[in-house]
Parts: sequence; structure tokens; C-alpha cells
Amino acid sequence: MSVGQMTKHRSLGLTDREAVEMYSMMLRARKFDERGLVLQRSGKIAFHVSGIGQEAAQVGAAFALDREKDYYLPYYRDYGFVLSVGMTMRELMLSVFAKAEDPNSGGRQMPGHFGHKKLRIVTGSSPVTTQVPHAVGFALAAKMKRKDFVSFATFGEGSSNQGDFHEGCNFAGVHKLPVILMCENNQYAISVPLHKQVAGRIVDRAAGYGFPGVRVDGNDPLEVYRVVKEARERAVRGEGPTLIEAMMYRVSPHSTADDDMLYRTKEEVEENRSKDGLPRFRQYLIDCGIWDDAKEAELEQQLKIEINDATQYAEAAPHAQPEDLFRHVYAQPGRED
Amino acid sequence: MAQMNLKEAVRDAMRVELKRDPNVLLFGEDVGKVGGVFRATEGLQAEFGEDRVFDTPLAESAIGGLAVGLGVQGFRPIAEIQFVGFIFEAMDQICVQAARMRYRSGGRYNAPIVFRTPYGGGVKAAELHTDALEGLIAQTPGIKVVVPSNPYDAKGLLISAIRDNDPVFFMEHLNLYHAFRADVPEGEYTVPLGKANVVREGSDVTIITYGAMVHASLKAAEELEKSRGAKVEVIDLRTIMPIDIDTIVESIKKTNRAIVVQEAQRTSGIAAEVIAQINEKAILHLEAPVLRVAPPDTIYPFAQIEDAWLPNPARIVAGLNQVLDF
Repeated sequence: MSVGQMTKHRSLGLTDREAVEMYSMMLRARKFDERGLVLQRSGKIAFHVSGIGQEAAQVGAAFALDREKDYYLPYYRDYGFVLSVGMTMRELMLSVFAKAEDPNSGGRQMPGHFGHKKLRIVTGSSPVTTQVPHAVGFALAAKMKRKDFVSFATFGEGSSNQGDFHEGCNFAGVHKLPVILMCENNQYAISVPLHKQVAGRIVDRAAGYGFPGVRVDGNDPLEVYRVVKEARERAVRGEGPTLIEAMMYRVSPHSTADDDMLYRTKEEVEENRSKDGLPRFRQYLIDCGIWDDAKEAELEQQLKIEINDATQYAEAAPHAQPEDLFRHVYAQPGRED
Repeated sequence: MAQMNLKEAVRDAMRVELKRDPNVLLFGEDVGKVGGVFRATEGLQAEFGEDRVFDTPLAESAIGGLAVGLGVQGFRPIAEIQFVGFIFEAMDQICVQAARMRYRSGGRYNAPIVFRTPYGGGVKAAELHTDALEGLIAQTPGIKVVVPSNPYDAKGLLISAIRDNDPVFFMEHLNLYHAFRADVPEGEYTVPLGKANVVREGSDVTIITYGAMVHASLKAAEELEKSRGAKVEVIDLRTIMPIDIDTIVESIKKTNRAIVVQEAQRTSGIAAEVIAQINEKAILHLEAPVLRVAPPDTIYPFAQIEDAWLPNPARIVAGLNQVLDF
């Protein structure tokens, strides 16, 4: 690694501490994800959907946004993202255990369906890409209120074929809205490989809507940080939306209900695992002299304690009462919204 | 007091609310400069500016999704879907996103949107422009469905809908837009959602209906009174989700007989729901089965036969005679 590369995070305006924090978030998401798989396999939770292999882009993007004012419309693999914008491990665990105290939905939705009002995470749902026009609505709200927040939506490459992607992009382009759309291109829509989903490049679609598209190595958190930061600056300057296509690989099966060996080979997965952004970024930090084995061991120990605590807390937390089903269908009479 | 047709009343409601609350927005296809394909929004962009009254691209799902984003951000969007048949393009955003936002977020977010759409038969516009699709939306918990039958109600109900903290699907009958004028107060007033209106009192049989069928039913009531002296009560539901079952039960306790008239196809519609609720709440007051007067279960017909397809006073009279003679 050249000296120039070793100071890359500094040239992007990130302190050593922030670079280390980014790595910690990536590892934190990975460890949560791995625990989710174990909990599902041991029958403690019903379902887990994984984001392993996608943390670098998620964390890089989160650090580039304004975590005091921007609005987020993430998709179901974005553990690295939601942890980076402030969701706690306990909150994530409450969600996978579907407990009443879960701030995402009070246990009403599947895990990975994020929503957190205090953190400005906008509640999403299972039909993919519906969040894109919502994000465009938020961006229009920013413009109308003359506020300098942006909305940030993520989605998979499969979603880029939905009508809502195109309808949302089109409106955002026409009105030059402050929205950042990040496609986490993990090469698979459940079992369908990229070449059977799209003929061209997703990033090129932006041109059709009159705004820039940027393709980025999604395994490199600093590159993602850089392009999202630039997109944000453009957005708040009134220059409109950006489509980012972050290239990555979905290392895990689609979900705990999926057997990926029916449609891809072990060799292919292993080859891509070697490109994983997590060890790569760890090596970068070590090369920069700001990370070492002792720190890694200490972090792992901390995460173990945190995840154990969250698991125990969420497992012990009460379920929603059956009668809670009737709450929040309509506004409660006499209650202000 | 001003005289307005239903379209002018709808426009007046939007004007009143756009003026009163800066968070009210109005958008959809062609609603801006041209004032909508039926001119229901005529003059509103000129009065309130392009920021608050604007044209969207031709993309119904974007209209719905945009409304959800804006609604969660604290605005009160009025989203126009140009014709009722085009809601299919936006069903996810209307029924899955807007209607469930409150529930899904555990009450943390809500989407106070009014989806306005023209609907209804008798204007020779064939399928998808004239369907009565209220049943599709009414089966969606989380959203309310409102169908006014006259200008006064249209304005008062639309103002209530805009102020409501839940999403409302508001249906404007094409054949009523210009059918007649009636007294409509200036300025603001509300007609409550979820409350039916007894538009004609009677003691022998009840018609439960809504929208344009209120007028066909009133004609049928006059004819029946002339032909056999029977006194017909007519209930205009006004809101079909939720249904004001109390007003219906009250009437049936008096008349002991009822029919339901709807413009939508016969099966699984509002009539079926009304009859189910009557069975649950008032079956011991009935002297005859409650009948439906409704079109057959076909796709909305071609223009040449729509007048025969839609319920008309003669068919409603036949239904009334059937329950009276049971």
C-alpha cells in the first residue's frame, strides 16, 4: 500500500477515530447477523435475512450522511446502516424477536423491516422498492420546507426493475430533488443472477432520468463514503438526485428459508468471500498503524458482551398483547397525531 | 348561499382547505394549469401557486408514494388519481403503504392523505373510467372510503377527509359532477365521516345506498309510493368504510324490510357487507330477506348497454316489491 492510500480516510476528511468507528460498525453488523443466523437455526427466532458482505457500503454511506437531520429509507439487509445511524443492538434484537418494545414496528413486521422515528428511519415494508417514491416525497418535503436535509434510500438490484424505482427516479429528476438512491448490487435477486435481471448497467439508468449515476466498489467503505458525501453535497446545493450503484456480493443465502446451493456454487461464493470488505478494511487500518490484533480482540469481546446482553434482553422482553392488534389501525379517537 | 354542482363543491372544499392550512397540497395528472380533465381543480394552481398545486408525471404509483412521503413529513396531500380504473397502478401505495403506515410503525407514523378519484357509470366511457371500485378499498383496514351523493355533502365530507388523520379514499361520481346544483354554504363546514344520512323518511321499507344510486333510489321511492302507497325510507351511507350500522339498524327496527342498492357488481361488495352487518345486528327485526339490487358480475359493459346494466328506478322498484310481498 502506498503512503497516499494509507491516508485515504484523512484525505476524505475522516479522522483516525472515525475510520476505526466505521470498522467497528461493520464488525458489529456482521456479528449481529451471524447471531441472527444462529438464533434462527436454534429455533429461538422464526426468520433471519442476512446482509453479510454488504456492510462496507452500508456503513460508508451512513457516515457520509448528516446523522442529525437526514431521513433514511433503508431496505431489509441494512443492519450496518441502521446501527451506524444509531439503532441499538437491543432494538435490533427486539425486532428479530418481534417483541412489543421493538421501536421498528412493535413486533408487527418481519425482521429487517426498519423504522425508527427518533432516528428518522422511515418505516418500510415487504414489497420491494415502495420506499423509493416515499424517499422522493421526503425530498420534495425538504424542498418545500426549505430545509437542508436529504433523503437516502437503499434497495437491491432486483428492485431496480420495479415500476416504483422508475417512477420515483423520474419525479426526482424532473424536480431536482435532494434524494440519494443507493442500489446495493449484491448480484442476486433471491436466486436470479444479475445477468438474468438486467441487460445493461443499473447505474446507466440515471442518465435517462437526467441526473448522475455513480458506480462504486461496495466493498470499499471509504469509496462509498466519498461518493455518498459528494451526492449529499450536490443534493443540498440544489443540484438534484444521484443514483449510486454499489457493487458487492451477497455472501449469505437470501434468507434462512433459502438454499443458495440450488442456484450457485460453493466455489463462486468462496471466490467472492475473498473480496469481502470487512477483512480488507481491517488490513487497511492495520497498514495505517491505527489497528492491531489486541484492539481487534478487545472489540470482539465488547461485541460479544453487547450482543449477549441484547439477545437476553430481547428474549426476555414481553410479546405484544393480543389486543394490541386493534391499536394503530386507525387514529384513536381523541388522540392527537 | 351559493348554488354549486358537485364538482364545484369539491373544488370549493379544496380551496377552503388550501387557504386554511399551508400543509395542504394538491397534485396529480393535469390538475395544475388545465385544472384537471374534469376541471375539478380549475383555478387552484393560479390561486395557490405551483408549489402547492402541481402536475405530476403520468405515473400513479409515484403519485401514491409521493403522497405517503409527504404525509409522513407532516403535509396533508390531496392526491388525484385521474380515473378510478387507474388506481390499480397505485394499489400498493394506497392499500399497503398509506393504509398500513400507522399500524406498521406501531403508531409512530401516519399518512393523512386524501386520494380523490372520479368514478361511476352512465357517462358512456366504458370500463376503467367508470367502474365502481369502492369495494376493493373498503376491504383495506387503515383507510376510510367516502362517496358523496350531493354537493353539500361533497364539500363537507371532503373538508372532513382532508382534516382526518387517516388516509381517505374519496370517490366523486362522474354523473353527479354536473347533474344538478344545490345550496352549498360559503367557507368552511364539515360533514362527519362515518355518519349516514336519512335522505327520505318512510315506515314500510328501507333502501340503503350511496353515491349516484341515492338519486335512482329516491325516484324509485316516489314511484312506489304512487303505485302502492308504500312509504320508503332512503339511507345515504356517505361513508362506506366504516359503515354507519347504527343508522341502518334504527331504520330496520321501524320498517322491518330493506334492500341495498349499489352500482358495483353484485358479488362481495358493499351490499354484501351491509347485509352481513344487518344479519348480525337486526335479524330478528326482519320480515323478509334483505335483497341486493346491483349489476351482474361482468366487467363494466360497453356504452350501448350500460343503462340496462346499471340499477335504475324500475329495477329498484322491483326489488322493493319483492321484499314487500315476501
